[in-house]
Amino acid sequence: MTKNMLIAGFGGQGILFCGKFLAYEGLLEDKSVSWLPSYGPEMRGGTANCSVIISDIPVGSPIVSNPDILMVMNLPSLDKYEDSTVAGGQIFVDSALIDRKVNRTDVEAYYIPATKLANDEGLTGLANMIMIGYVIKKSGIIPFENIDRALQKVVPASKQHLLDSNRKALELGYNYAE
Amino acid sequence: MSEKVLMKGNEALAEAALMAGCRHYLGYPITPQTEIAAYMAKRMPKVGGTFLQAESEIAAINMVIGVSAAGKRAMTSSSSPGISLKGEGLSYLAGCDLPAFVVNVQRGGPGLGGIQPSQSDYFQATRGTSHGDYHMLVLAPNSVQEMVSMTFKGFDLADKYRMTVMLLADGTMGQMMEPVSLDMGDVTTYEKPWAVTGTGCARKHNVINSLFLKPEELEVKNFERYEKYNYIEENEVMYEEYMMDDADICIVAFGIAARISKNAIDMARAKGIKVGMLRPITLWPFPKKEMRKIADKVKCFVSVEMSMGQLIEDVRLASECTRPVLLCNRTGGMIMTPEEVLAKIEEADKTGGEN
Repeated sequence: MTKNMLIAGFGGQGILFCGKFLAYEGLLEDKSVSWLPSYGPEMRGGTANCSVIISDIPVGSPIVSNPDILMVMNLPSLDKYEDSTVAGGQIFVDSALIDRKVNRTDVEAYYIPATKLANDEGLTGLANMIMIGYVIKKSGIIPFENIDRALQKVVPASKQHLLDSNRKALELGYNYAE
Repeated sequence: MSEKVLMKGNEALAEAALMAGCRHYLGYPITPQTEIAAYMAKRMPKVGGTFLQAESEIAAINMVIGVSAAGKRAMTSSSSPGISLKGEGLSYLAGCDLPAFVVNVQRGGPGLGGIQPSQSDYFQATRGTSHGDYHMLVLAPNSVQEMVSMTFKGFDLADKYRMTVMLLADGTMGQMMEPVSLDMGDVTTYEKPWAVTGTGCARKHNVINSLFLKPEELEVKNFERYEKYNYIEENEVMYEEYMMDDADICIVAFGIAARISKNAIDMARAKGIKVGMLRPITLWPFPKKEMRKIADKVKCFVSVEMSMGQLIEDVRLASECTRPVLLCNRTGGMIMTPEEVLAKIEEADKTGGEN
């Protein structure tokens, strides 16, 4: 099985970081994985996105142009990538930041007010990980049991005090009931 | 160190250079390879090496000449416009028979071009980075793991043959993360009796120079160098075949284009089209013999490249124009999709490459 995921939003939302977390957990599960960021001038204050592939077979192209899973954290990203999502795919929307619904009827759309939840729960800046928790729950892209070991790999040594809040954010998203 | 870690191509390459014993990095920042310099700035001081951000690309390559002349492993890295600036130094390295490891993480050109991935420096790397009769050994990785293994091997080849090895990557190879093992084994060290290390008044001094005013002497130097190049063409060719056993269409692609082609081949195979791929890992020396053999088995070739038709020339030369060669390309920082490659494969299947 191969899951092609595209994560997109503003620079500063931790788009690249949460993609790296998923890829690392995939690696620890002995899957083939790749992570490819946008690196153009747009990442300085504009849009950011990254392609993450987690697969049972060696990854060919690391570029995801037709995602099975699309996670968006701003309106321009939903506008840009909604149509490219594969039929039967999943679209995850931060409904605190995007006030329209997904137009496609041949995909599963999920809404979670991640940025609001983050602010309410004292997890400001971790809306990305709340979204990821919800993505894991609904897509099964990686198992949830082992999130700690991947977190330890991607949270730098100097920021280990943030492990708990990252875990809390993931759990919040994972246990979110619509 | 056998545990796999997730690393960016640029950073993995830099770490591999340190493991290969490189203790001198001389560079100048340019997107999309600045992570190499940033990584070296952080790590070099910790391993007792020298990281130096030069005042320009030209200064950096000339510093590489100096370090290499002193018998030490040195590297520089840049992206397309920066490599053009280094051209003069690369010719001097060849004329002096000095080892060097040079990385080009390509971006779209010509001119300042853009910063998105490209393969349009193929001619520059394999033909003429600058003046004079010379070659560089050109390695084209297509994964983060190969960024590591080709860097490690590149330093070895540079010392072994006393010449420049260029690692030709592109923006995606530099920026992407993949699982990578950094377990590379031992470094082979080479005696360098030619290095300018001080005579201690115990031997005749060494001279490293590329100026030969007597044409008879310069011709002999060039003949000797080409004997070495012939030996390399016989012994150092690297390539990978994918699904070539029963293929009657052969894709030729390297780097990121080969990764995309692999997806397209899998899609075409699912439709019953017998297509495979020859992926050159050394662009110079090019896998000529293998290509010539394949030409006898297939009905046509497809050159998949992120340039306006550069690789295709080597495909035609190596196959001695015995088979049609189709071009599937994007340029300027655009990347072809697997679907675009598939469409070209279907065209090749239908027409046999004949217009």
